[in-house]
Amino acid sequence: MFLVIGSNMTEAHPVASTFLKNAVFNGAQLIVFDPRKHKLCDIATLHLPLKVGSDIALLNALMHVLISEDIYDHKFVEFCTVGFDELKAKVMNYPPERVADICGIDAGIIRDTARRLAAVKPVMVCYTLGITEHTCGRNNVLSVANLQMLLGNMGLECGGVNPLRGQNNVQGACDMGALPNVFPGYQSVTDAAIREKFAQAWGVNDLPEQPGLMIPQMLEGLVTRQVRGFYIFGENLANTEPDIRKVEHELASAEFIVCQDIFETETTRFAHVVFPAAAWSENDGTFTSSERRVNRVRTASAPPGLAKPNWWIFKQIAQRMGHDWPSDSAQEIWDNEVSVLAPSYMGIKYTRLENNGLQWPCPNEDHPGTCYLHQNGEFTCGLGRFNAVDWTPPAEVPDGEYPLVLSTGRRLYHYHTRTQTGRCQGLNDLLGEETADISLQDASAMGIEQGEKIRVKSRRGEVTVKARVTPEVQPGMVWMAFHFRENCSNWLTNPAFDPVTLTAEYKACAVRIEKL
Amino acid sequence: MAMVKMTIDGRDVAAPEGSTILQAAKSVGIRIPTLCYHERLKPIGSCGLCIVEVDGSATPVAACETPVRDGMEVVTSSDRLFCMRQEVLKSILVHHPLDCPICDKAGECLLQDLVYEHGVTGVEAPAPSAKFRNGYATAFLRSWPERCVLCFRCVAACTEIQGHFALSTVEGPDGSPLVAYDESKCVSCGECIQLCPTGALVEKKSERRWRNWEVEQKVRTTCPYCGVGCQQLLHVKNGRIVKVSGVEGAEPNQGRLCVKGRYGFDFIYSEERLKTPLIRENGRFREASFDEALDLVAGRFKKIIAESGSDAIAGVSCARSINEDSYQMQKLFRAVIGTNNIDHCART
Ligand code: SF4
Ligand code: SF4
Ligand code: SF4
Ligand code: FES
Repeated sequence: MFLVIGSNMTEAHPVASTFLKNAVFNGAQLIVFDPRKHKLCDIATLHLPLKVGSDIALLNALMHVLISEDIYDHKFVEFCTVGFDELKAKVMNYPPERVADICGIDAGIIRDTARRLAAVKPVMVCYTLGITEHTCGRNNVLSVANLQMLLGNMGLECGGVNPLRGQNNVQGACDMGALPNVFPGYQSVTDAAIREKFAQAWGVNDLPEQPGLMIPQMLEGLVTRQVRGFYIFGENLANTEPDIRKVEHELASAEFIVCQDIFETETTRFAHVVFPAAAWSENDGTFTSSERRVNRVRTASAPPGLAKPNWWIFKQIAQRMGHDWPSDSAQEIWDNEVSVLAPSYMGIKYTRLENNGLQWPCPNEDHPGTCYLHQNGEFTCGLGRFNAVDWTPPAEVPDGEYPLVLSTGRRLYHYHTRTQTGRCQGLNDLLGEETADISLQDASAMGIEQGEKIRVKSRRGEVTVKARVTPEVQPGMVWMAFHFRENCSNWLTNPAFDPVTLTAEYKACAVRIEKL
Repeated sequence: MAMVKMTIDGRDVAAPEGSTILQAAKSVGIRIPTLCYHERLKPIGSCGLCIVEVDGSATPVAACETPVRDGMEVVTSSDRLFCMRQEVLKSILVHHPLDCPICDKAGECLLQDLVYEHGVTGVEAPAPSAKFRNGYATAFLRSWPERCVLCFRCVAACTEIQGHFALSTVEGPDGSPLVAYDESKCVSCGECIQLCPTGALVEKKSERRWRNWEVEQKVRTTCPYCGVGCQQLLHVKNGRIVKVSGVEGAEPNQGRLCVKGRYGFDFIYSEERLKTPLIRENGRFREASFDEALDLVAGRFKKIIAESGSDAIAGVSCARSINEDSYQMQKLFRAVIGTNNIDHCART
């Protein structure tokens, strides 16, 4: 059985969705929790169209039923977890009848769903940004894990909690330590022994021990001049961050910005220096997919003009700042540095990646890689910990002035800000402009026709965009993507962040629509 | 698993119960000609090319669909079978246009290969007929309904594998089956093209751009878009990618791709690519050499560090680029600049 939460897989992870569909056609059950009736709902056993941002309430209610009807996995909970009593105390405050109002799902359906989940094992949970892009994103993730531990679905093939990662190499960028608190392989910067190890390997006396800034803090630092030099590699922040006007103000205030990219973007407009980089098929290297699989990337053609591999550019800057780095190819970087310094990759070398790649952890060169984590209920921190969490509403909820909730995401035919897909022949023919997806009910109440241009307005900005009237969207909701600059959803989104992860609440803000 | 004992062309073969004659033959290296069969699909059984003789019986059976049985005696090649296969091919060619000279599939067309192998000549093709109820063309693919051999691999690809149900089998006016296409359900994933054995489905991006044997190299790589990590083959001619296909049998995608993975490659050849470093001067960009731009950046960073400390510099890495690039950037920030102010869009 599959439980898909906040994940429009057929558009955002199309090929993964085909395997899920195959399983459903072969008899697997599929339960979908999503405010939108997206394509997977057509084949789902059950679709719970919860209100935007009510996930924790629903999950807690499900756990309420599992515990009060005593249908959870006692053995797993007893032997593999800690914190059950706190969890129990917490979820007892979430009877389905109370939660029904919060999430717009009938109490009977919540009970029925809990019973179905308890009746089948394993259940695999897949989630995407519908879970994380909330001010309670971290708690959403914890809550999903709570449910799976209570059901005893951890450490099983086809079980577990499976985030589908958005970008091809967002997993890899995390693994490589492009994060303010960890070195490659999630080794903490606050650990003196780890710092010592990296300092030796990198030939320096010491390394900084204070965790650094996260993106929203960096952007704010540009205005206060806490950050004077800002290096943006390959990201189009001026379109992808919430509240474009705020972001552009921050970028415009910067003292010195370096951009490294393959195209001029809305962001490079703010740069003082731009480096031209080699793209995807002009590089040798590796990507790491959602399933922790390290795959090879190979060169098919040379980069245009003077464009250079990114690793080469960083190496040149290091050299001009007094550091000579020995590795002189992606393979040398991987084989001689990454896989030596990060224990989970020690067994991964380029020679072993010829065909299907390897899934980390892979601690030595005889290790076959690891398909799924937490086998036999073993967690990295010993026992699995229940983290009881409360539901909190989105930072901005609809009111009289802005009565609708805007949720955002991506569509099949484009990728993010279209710097790439917008330049591929054909894709613009399949999707040439943004739309605001609205429900039949709201459209008819406002007299909006299919394809009519409307104005969508939030406290931060407004865009003019065609209405797409569709049964996918529930009343009270507007749904948009961020592929087109002119009416990008990020003119509207709310720069409110999860307090721990600083992930922005792209999935919920208040808007109103107006006829032109 | 229980095994059954049988003979194929006089050789003793042990095959798992429930497997087909075709699979059993393949396991011992005996090739049976096939047209509609594809490893990733359930047997379709539409072409009749894989016929074999079983226990000397007069009516041959389709090897792709027939399960093995204990004591079975199978013959895969005989004069009689050869003639019957020739007849099957002739009955296809009668309705098939002689498009080979301008067909994109020429050179890797299964029909061509089988006709060649069976030495079928002198077939008159009075009237090539359309085998599609409605032809189709999207921004990326186009059908050539006369070239179709009605194997129905495309229908299975679209329904069984991709689950889009844009293609189906319908009854034609004379009662024989046709392929029908529902544009509203098609998402241009191209799975039907990848599995079509003939030139009945072609890709617009590469249509009549090259002959198959001119492809110099097929480079295996990983898709640059979402986190699934699909494995692709880049078909390269004159140093340019001309087409992308899914790698059959590869993890995790087993040959499948989506519209972006299959057709979203040509951005790398855009005229708008950045080709030289740029330096802002008096509010405008001017082109610069790498040396000049690198010196400028290193100099500015050193100055900022000297005046305000290492933490006055921050960087954002790229979640689309290779691991080695992100590694190198965090190393630059930590070991050279001396700050942990390095992040990327990890949580979005
Ligand atoms: S491109 Fe994909 S969706 Fe369209 S007909 Fe072919 S297999 Fe079906
Ligand atoms: S279009 Fe190709 S795959 Fe489909 S039935 Fe015709 S020959 Fe077979
Ligand atoms: S082919 Fe499609 S599903 Fe596969 S990695 Fe690329 S974008 Fe994702
Ligand atoms: S391959 Fe067996 S009938 Fe076509």
